[in-house]
Amino acid sequence: MPLLNLTLKVWRQENAKSEGRIETYEAKEIPTSASFLEMIDIVNERLIQDGEEPIHFDHDCREGICGMCSMTINGVPHSKERGITTCQLHMRKFSDGETIWIEPFRANAFPVVKDLVVNRSSFDRIIAAGGYISVRTGSAPDAHAIQIPKPDADAAFDAAACIGCGACVAACKNASAMLFVSAKASHLNHLPQGQAEKDQRVLGMVRQMDEEGFGNCTNQFECEAVCPKEISASHIAKLNRDYLAASARDSVS
Amino acid sequence: MNASLCSMCAFAKSSIGRKIIVAVTGLALVLFLAGHLTGNLLIFAGRDAFNDYAQFLHEVFHGAGVWIARIGLLACFVAHVWFTILLTRENKTARKKYAHQATVQAPKSSLIMIWSGLTILAFIIFHLLHFTVKAGTDYASFMQVMPDGSERHDAWKMVIVGFSNPLVAIFYIIAMTLLCSHLSHGVASIFQTLGLRSKKTAGPINVLSRIYAIVIYLGFISIPLAILLFGFGCEACK
Ligand code: SF4
Ligand code: FES
Repeated sequence: MPLLNLTLKVWRQENAKSEGRIETYEAKEIPTSASFLEMIDIVNERLIQDGEEPIHFDHDCREGICGMCSMTINGVPHSKERGITTCQLHMRKFSDGETIWIEPFRANAFPVVKDLVVNRSSFDRIIAAGGYISVRTGSAPDAHAIQIPKPDADAAFDAAACIGCGACVAACKNASAMLFVSAKASHLNHLPQGQAEKDQRVLGMVRQMDEEGFGNCTNQFECEAVCPKEISASHIAKLNRDYLAASARDSVS
Repeated sequence: MNASLCSMCAFAKSSIGRKIIVAVTGLALVLFLAGHLTGNLLIFAGRDAFNDYAQFLHEVFHGAGVWIARIGLLACFVAHVWFTILLTRENKTARKKYAHQATVQAPKSSLIMIWSGLTILAFIIFHLLHFTVKAGTDYASFMQVMPDGSERHDAWKMVIVGFSNPLVAIFYIIAMTLLCSHLSHGVASIFQTLGLRSKKTAGPINVLSRIYAIVIYLGFISIPLAILLFGFGCEACK
């Protein structure tokens, strides 16, 4: 099996308060069949053997569904490969002798916890501000009790694919969270169950997004290009439209 | 009433609200450009046609029309610049830079919006001082004698003389180049910000935006180029 020898430039940062810096590591004899996270695992094992601090990074499912594996590879969140998370990236995409820059997702609303680990609880607060529907709990309603037109169901499903990874924010030149917020709002705004709280949802989520210190969208669509779930920026257009309508209704009510 | 005022100011403080203000004022300015260009191109129809047009502009609603337009445009312009500067300042502070930076698909024109915009701002101040206030020039004394012996301002001669200065023409062309860049991202952005762009319309909107930018560009630069390179109307300079 071919083996790769790589140079890693990795962001190391003790904690949220300390100054970070780029450190250089040699990643020797990495199998091309390894995933990107396995490559870091191998490097970390060697660091531990040498009595050094391993590189801290977030991960969980390692199959592209949890959205934890936040890191920026050569300046692009989840790497330049389209439609995948970092854990789905294979080392065969790199060539021998390459230098790879690995940095945390950068946004003031995502403070660094340690090395590549960032705190994305700002996303949770945005969801708490409106990314839900209120339903009575108890026995499950009949599946066909509320009919949903196919185009709406499809659009809602596309938006619902967002795994909340934060790559959109990390890729945006302005650290704007519009793709995430629009996906979460659009998911519910497309469905009959989401109509009752629609205006409240849109106004609440956007207000929270602004309070968290995310930047403002400048329609460059870097977010769309890096989103592992290929969420379309047309959801952002819908959010803009829904926000305008919600503000108008809010001002006359 | 109070509640509605409150939701208005919440709108003007929110990121999307401010972007919508930038888009709507931008749209007004984009439409103004089309009108301005159409009027300007009358220069090629000759002195009479162009001066008729200039005179018409100054006489609509007994001279009030031009002031209503000026005040409206100024308001749009100030709001457009003011809110973009606010948004841009926030955007610059929303994150630290990557040690290794990369751009995947953002067009160049979108990355320099603030710089193209500020150059256009500087240009417009110069342009107004030059042709509207006529500061430091004798343009106000240019007169066209009409067949009935009366006189009117010769705007046609003013433009020809104005652009015969190569420095003025070059600054104008540079500003128009940046305007073209600004429009190619700006026009498409208006659709997105106002929520009118979808997966289906994204392609046509981008094409429309570029075509509009190029038409405006070629239209405006054709005037100084004709004067400077081909000596259009240069009998008026003498
Ligand atoms: S929109 Fe895409 S990039 Fe953004 S959080 Fe959701 S899945 Fe991640
Ligand atoms: S570790 Fe779960 S998506 Fe990558």
